[in-house]
Amino acid sequence: MTTEQLHDVRLHVNGSVHEVQVPARRLLSDALRHDCGLTGTHVGCEHGVCGACTVLVDGTPMRSCLMLAVSAVDAEITTVEGLTEDDGSLSPVQQAFSDCHGLQCGFCTPGFLTTITAGLRETPDPTEDEAREMISGNLCRCTGYQNIVKSVLRASEIQRGQA
Amino acid sequence: MTTKMFGAKVPRVEDQRFLRGQGRYVDDLLTDDPRLLHSAVLRSPHAHARIVDIDVSGVLDVEGVVAVWTYDDLTGAMAEPLPLLIPHPTLTHGRTQYALAKDEVNYVGEAIAFVVAVDRYVAEDAVSRIRVDYEYLEPVVGIAAARAAERTVHDDVPDNVGARMVQENGDARAAIAKAPHSLTLDLDVERSACTPMEGRGTVARWDPDTSRLTVWSSTQTSTGVRGCVAAKLGLDLAKVDVVTPDVGGGFGVKINHPWPEELLVPLAAMTLGRPVKFTEDRREHFISSAHERAQQHHVEVGFDDEGRLLGLNVEFWHDHGAYTPYGLIVPIITSTQLLGPYKPQNYRVAFESLYTNTVIVTPYRGAGRPQGCFVMERTMDAIAAYLGKDRTDVRSANFIQPDEFPYEHGLVFQDGRELTYDSGDYPASLAKLKELVGWDEFEDFRAEMAAQGRRVGIGLACYVEGTGVGPYEGAHVHIETSGKVKVATGLTTQGQGHQTAFAQIVADTLGVRFEDVEITTGDTRRMPYAVGTFASRAAVMSGSAIHLAALRAKEKALRIAAEALEASEDDLEIADGVVSVRGTDASIDLGTVAVLSNPLRYAFDEASKAATQFSVGDPGKPPVAEDDEPGLEGKDFYSPPRSTFANGMHAVIVETDPDTAEIRILKYAVVHDCGHLINPMIVEGQIHGGVAQGVGGALYERMAYDESGQLLNASFMDFLMP
Repeated sequence: MTTEQLHDVRLHVNGSVHEVQVPARRLLSDALRHDCGLTGTHVGCEHGVCGACTVLVDGTPMRSCLMLAVSAVDAEITTVEGLTEDDGSLSPVQQAFSDCHGLQCGFCTPGFLTTITAGLRETPDPTEDEAREMISGNLCRCTGYQNIVKSVLRASEIQRGQA
Repeated sequence: MTTKMFGAKVPRVEDQRFLRGQGRYVDDLLTDDPRLLHSAVLRSPHAHARIVDIDVSGVLDVEGVVAVWTYDDLTGAMAEPLPLLIPHPTLTHGRTQYALAKDEVNYVGEAIAFVVAVDRYVAEDAVSRIRVDYEYLEPVVGIAAARAAERTVHDDVPDNVGARMVQENGDARAAIAKAPHSLTLDLDVERSACTPMEGRGTVARWDPDTSRLTVWSSTQTSTGVRGCVAAKLGLDLAKVDVVTPDVGGGFGVKINHPWPEELLVPLAAMTLGRPVKFTEDRREHFISSAHERAQQHHVEVGFDDEGRLLGLNVEFWHDHGAYTPYGLIVPIITSTQLLGPYKPQNYRVAFESLYTNTVIVTPYRGAGRPQGCFVMERTMDAIAAYLGKDRTDVRSANFIQPDEFPYEHGLVFQDGRELTYDSGDYPASLAKLKELVGWDEFEDFRAEMAAQGRRVGIGLACYVEGTGVGPYEGAHVHIETSGKVKVATGLTTQGQGHQTAFAQIVADTLGVRFEDVEITTGDTRRMPYAVGTFASRAAVMSGSAIHLAALRAKEKALRIAAEALEASEDDLEIADGVVSVRGTDASIDLGTVAVLSNPLRYAFDEASKAATQFSVGDPGKPPVAEDDEPGLEGKDFYSPPRSTFANGMHAVIVETDPDTAEIRILKYAVVHDCGHLINPMIVEGQIHGGVAQGVGGALYERMAYDESGQLLNASFMDFLMP
């Protein structure tokens, strides 16, 4: 068997640079978790449906299980670990999830947090229907979504209060 | 003054780590250990086949592959079938699989070979190079095929029947024959599955320096896994620790154990002297983790003019998949919890638990209760339709009344104890439900909608939920010299917020600050005696055990404090971690009480100097009295004589579109008698989630096996989960 060829990849994640050596087939989700040690990004299906692995790539929510690490070289990536404020406090979306009991087991949560963070940039003051639409690409098996919808609306409130 | 925490909507302590991406789920562990190896499993592509030959010769050539196991490599207890966890006298033909298939495979997804490599990608490459010769056998798929028994799953189970069980109270068939009215119904329930967002996973590390094995598993029972790992690997129990890290949802599937990988991973870690990890992917979860729900029911019911049940005879057929590791728990729950809040007068239930060439069936949220509830509620609706009565009136006519508790059904429940309901007020719950959903105003609403060309309907269902299932849970409470309280209980957590709810109990019981209490669950190093998290039992069982253990710690704290303060225990109170003499300034911190509880020879800090041998104690007495022990701790167990029974009722108004078959929920009402709520926010969240799963099960979810036993919708693209 031939040795698998490794590629030097420079990943920009949450404002830091991670130099990793990975095979071309390595998923971005695996690179983030296992090579960068950022295990906050979770893998729930590896086929792009559940949304647990969603990260922001240049600000846009992307399924990190559907991206190769080598294709993320020039991008600015934000994972759940990068959502907290500079002083370490929770971001409005994170705070809203805590306020509204928007999470139970916490496994799908990172994907919701990243998705909603981007969603509220686009729609800062969503209606309940828009909040529901915003999270429609993410699966959660624990909460029944009621409190996640509330969390979206609450996050918008907190965010607008800050602005 | 300490605020009462029990009953308060306290924000969850676990949220902080989950929201920051700092949760530690099993696949997050040991990621920075360069010695960590990864594994992949070769799974059967056939639902039923004999294994003629397995050729693994191509595997070790793959660079990065470390080892491969097939059945022939297993020895001792590992070469024996997996345990049958809950035997039952009527389970006359119980069968369990091997950790790796021996000679035969009985479902698509059954484990055949286990490969360990430097990463998961390489392990999967290697799996694809294993060549297996199969002799294909015709599979048995679905209840109809199992009952017909033209083919069998297991050669030595001639009619595919694993168990036949009958329970009867009174003479149901005679009562139906004599009843003024009778009906028969045939009802089917489809397969679904728990489908937690995190699949199964196990990591193991053998420490040669201490000769100890540590296993981390995404399980609902760490003590169960520990017992199995020790037994199967031939280790003393004392050499095995099982730790349940954060778990990304369970819903029942993780109570079954040991999964083959829960044994193969520790075996590999010991053999190779390196830590090994298995992380199930989504397709594996669909095809090789347990399903539930599929049953066929035939109901005969006799009733009077008021719709009162006179006799109920239910026969059902339960699809338990290819093996029976979890015994008959699911069909037993169906057969007993079918009764709900009603008194059938005469009840007979008979079931057959059947083999099919599909993945195993073990409890999924409700564990057989949803099927029973569906059958009983359809029966109630059928009686109402037949008599032209309001569906709530028929239900009311059959309710066990509040003054009839404890109510004995004359049946045996899933815990092997009498099915005796302890409490409930079903008429009051129904009145609440009708008001919430607008039952009495519905006909007006229907007419209003019809005028707009819209079609709406209303339905309701009632249930009784056996919970607090034994045998026991325990807790250990340790007040440290810092005043911080460390609590351990053995059952596991998969999203229920135990770290918060249990800390609320401790804060109130001990009189300490909520922030000073830290709860550990599912770690056999801290609490080796436990059962597990299932049947909504954690709050009842561990909550009660924690309360008892905290009381013991408190009792001891008061005794020591009374001595130190030269006061009577009766005059002491504890608040915010300080013991004080009521009505005086005299007080002592619990942390100092903890110092005094442990007579020392050696001081380790300023505070501990107070407990050294020249500082305290009566020189004429032993430093630790004969009936005492050092340390400010409390340990206790809660073991009730039988389960307790919660109840509830749901009602829903839906709109249907006959052209598209789309169903929209317009209003959903729940009345659930939870007893005392420890944290109402968490309770409401649990109910939201339960409702969503129920809606999914009713309207969307179905595990679609074809006749060859292939699961056609083994992905989130095809399995419609809300």
